[in-house]
Amino acid sequence: MGQTENITLTVNDEQVTESVPVRLNLVDFLRNNLGLTGSHVGCEHGVCGACTLEVDGVMVRGCLMLAVQADGSSITTIEGLGENQRAADLQDAFKRNNSLQCGYCTPGMMASALEYVETIRNPDRDAIREHLSGNYCRCTGYQSIVDAVLEVVEERAKR
Amino acid sequence: MTGPLNIFDKPNSYIGRSVSRPEAQRLIEGRGQYVDDLQLPRMVHAAFARSPYAHAKIININKSEAEKLPGVVAIFDGADFVDHVSPYVGTLTHLQGLRSPPQMPLAIDTARWQGEPVVMVVAQSRAIAEDACALIDIEFEPLEAVCDAETALELDSPVIHDEYENNRAWERIVDSGNVDDAFARDDVTVVERTFNFARHTGVTLEPRASVVEFNPSENALTYHYSGQAPHMMQAILSKILNLHEENIRVIAKDVGGSFGIKIHLYGDELATAAAAKILKRPVKFVADRNESFVSDIHARDHRVKGRIAVAQSGEIAALEIDDLTGIGPYSMYPRSSGIECNQVLNLTGAPYAIENYRAKGTIVFQNKNMMCQYRAVGHPIAMAVADGLLESAAHEINMDVVEIRRKNLFRDNNYPVTTAAGMKLDDLSHQKALEKLVSFMDYDGLRKDQVGAREQGVYRGIGFVSMVEVTNPSPMFYGIGGAPISAQDGATVRLDAAGALHVSSSITEQGQGTNTIIAQIAAGVFGVDMDRVKVTTGDTATTPYGGGTWASRGAGIGGEAVLLASNALKEQVLEVAGVILQSSAENLDIEHGLVVDSENRTERISLGDLGKIVYYRGNELPSDVTPELIATRHFRVTDIPFVFTNGAMAAHVEVDIETGLVKVLDFWAVEDCGRVINPKLVDEQIRGGVVQGIGGAFYEECIYSDDGQLQNASMADYLVPMAAEMPDIHIAHIETPTKTSVLGAKGAGEAGTGGAPAALMNAVNDALRPLNTSIYQMPMTPQRILKAQGTV
Ligand code: FES
Ligand code: FES
Repeated sequence: MGQTENITLTVNDEQVTESVPVRLNLVDFLRNNLGLTGSHVGCEHGVCGACTLEVDGVMVRGCLMLAVQADGSSITTIEGLGENQRAADLQDAFKRNNSLQCGYCTPGMMASALEYVETIRNPDRDAIREHLSGNYCRCTGYQSIVDAVLEVVEERAKR
Repeated sequence: MTGPLNIFDKPNSYIGRSVSRPEAQRLIEGRGQYVDDLQLPRMVHAAFARSPYAHAKIININKSEAEKLPGVVAIFDGADFVDHVSPYVGTLTHLQGLRSPPQMPLAIDTARWQGEPVVMVVAQSRAIAEDACALIDIEFEPLEAVCDAETALELDSPVIHDEYENNRAWERIVDSGNVDDAFARDDVTVVERTFNFARHTGVTLEPRASVVEFNPSENALTYHYSGQAPHMMQAILSKILNLHEENIRVIAKDVGGSFGIKIHLYGDELATAAAAKILKRPVKFVADRNESFVSDIHARDHRVKGRIAVAQSGEIAALEIDDLTGIGPYSMYPRSSGIECNQVLNLTGAPYAIENYRAKGTIVFQNKNMMCQYRAVGHPIAMAVADGLLESAAHEINMDVVEIRRKNLFRDNNYPVTTAAGMKLDDLSHQKALEKLVSFMDYDGLRKDQVGAREQGVYRGIGFVSMVEVTNPSPMFYGIGGAPISAQDGATVRLDAAGALHVSSSITEQGQGTNTIIAQIAAGVFGVDMDRVKVTTGDTATTPYGGGTWASRGAGIGGEAVLLASNALKEQVLEVAGVILQSSAENLDIEHGLVVDSENRTERISLGDLGKIVYYRGNELPSDVTPELIATRHFRVTDIPFVFTNGAMAAHVEVDIETGLVKVLDFWAVEDCGRVINPKLVDEQIRGGVVQGIGGAFYEECIYSDDGQLQNASMADYLVPMAAEMPDIHIAHIETPTKTSVLGAKGAGEAGTGGAPAALMNAVNDALRPLNTSIYQMPMTPQRILKAQGTV
């Protein structure tokens, strides 16, 4: 409730204008207002990483940002990554390695993993583990995720 | 007809192959369908005002300010549900003497744990519902809280339930052989230890969530459920909400982790269903993380005093344990909170040939959140106690920790056997598993490394566990005790007109790969390619009746039902094919979607063509041929209460004695879960399980203050394993199929969680041994490790 504001932003290459309560956080806005339910909510206090998504090229916690703060920005969610092929090799590696079980952490995990393979690119298991430590996974035990990220880092280095 | 013998080595069998999960792509693209993703017309949202006290009288509830808030639809307190909800009692008759008072969805008159729901607000949005909760004025009169299980039975302790004379919920004693005489033998060494296992909880990444719809014109309720046992929920809701079972549909689509957390009846979820029925519109409730911590079931919280007597030869002469656990103010419905303690008594020492065994279990009520079955129920406690005592005793008598196991583990060629606690074991391979582990991990090399490291002032340790895991339970687990929990599962397999297979099964998927192994079994046994199999699970309206997924039973019981149904359908199809082809069914087989000549494997007719004849052009068939291209079979374990598995695990750790921090360098598991249907999926179950075990061993603890306040109810304060601290986990298998089924599969989902803590504790103690200190308290936090050394 309370005060609302109009925001205009680009979400997965589509322009959106909505009136939102100022207290609404970004991930709830994407999930509830836009129906982009691929981003998940695990803690709502910035710890678990399930809500990780890309705002203006930077991976952020969707639960720690307000929707009104995203006014004018460009957002890519897991749904967007599913379509734009930027993470196609990472998706394949996740499937091959069974890097997901329940899949609840997966959208956030993919976002962090993509950040790693695009910007850090160090083919080192410990460095990958360190980078993914902001994303909790309760199912896999992480090893298969590390395997997938490492495979993609190595494949991309060969290209 | 195709006999069981060639199912596993047929040309297109998928059993034993690491095929990828077909649904992974959907989840990776953000197209999952979790309960909170659901938006329904007219849907409203629930939030709860919960007790801030561990124990308090509710004097008055003033809803008037909250009612005025625009967007509030309804406000319910406990009394408001009395006419709509029947009370429920979380006891099982086979846990004789277990008692617990009736429960209702919201506290009435007295709140008995911090976090117990007291008032429910239903509003246009969750945010409004939360705002309204803040406006509700509940007047409490705090009462003295019973928190410490150790003192809960003392005469001057306050009593939580007026109807009982004290806080005892249950007590059980196992006494077999002659324990006192064995301890009194003058040729035995006796080791005595006290073990403490903290409370922890499952922390499913997706919190508990429900959306409930009610259709008054048909008196029908649809429950969108994030959980493991749809038919159990159907039966429970029918009983408690007074609706016919057939009018309740429970649907579980994608579930964001469960681990035993989402298989119980929670007051807030029941209130959500009751509110939907009263308001006649969909109601959504999704727990926030704080609510999860204070109301998702907790587990463990055991104090076990144990002693073991070993002869110089290493033979275990006797084992005795005394387990005390607090379960919160009630026994959880419908599985009860007695099972974990019961399992500790049943399983402690179960891998070993022990004649003299005595165990006492005591369960008390306390003013903390309720306890119930979480992954590997009782196992981490039973294994850590037995193997912790055993490794201590080995050092006392100067025997290697592997050697002492060799002496005491049941022999592989000697099954079936019955353990001291009366557990029937069959088809196990403890000795083989241990030997495989020892060579797999290079035990001798690690011991050499350990000596070298110690010379450098580095404290490394190696610890083991030999374990059993309860899997594939028969009706002896719950059904016998009166709970509406099925131990059998069903599968229906149907051939469509295009030659594709549709399988619906009563087991459920929470990410383990249930649907994948169902498709593997059906495709392989029947004879189609896997991409022609459609699997349906998690819907009481469309699947056969069954228990769901818990106690590591999905593959073993549900998988066998799929195998039986696929075989039956195959026979039916071949019969029809025989008529069409004027051949006899014996001379035909099915392979890659084609009916083939069983000798020379040439195509006779495709399943698609056969389907079209049967479904569209029945006129081409003789009139006395009435084909049934559908078959249903059910399966339950009959001869024994549980199908046990065995495993051997080892941990290699390094303890920083300055900081108390432990690094897990390596972890190995050799697991015998019978026939492995999908090696990759099984390995990943074990890895995920081991990591939850590492959590229990080093990080996870629900920390309560003396007055019953949970002090770390956030993800920032409650530590779970993160990627950086986890080791790579090495896995090997032995396959001893169970004779109870054709498939021969046993469960594997809980082994890691059940075994890892014991191996880790033994490894830490092995590392600390030169310092003459040890730790038997989990989680083994840095502070506790320093305390054990006397540094803090
Ligand atoms: S939901 Fe945002 S970090 Fe957990
Ligand atoms: S796959 Fe379930 S939380 Fe990661």
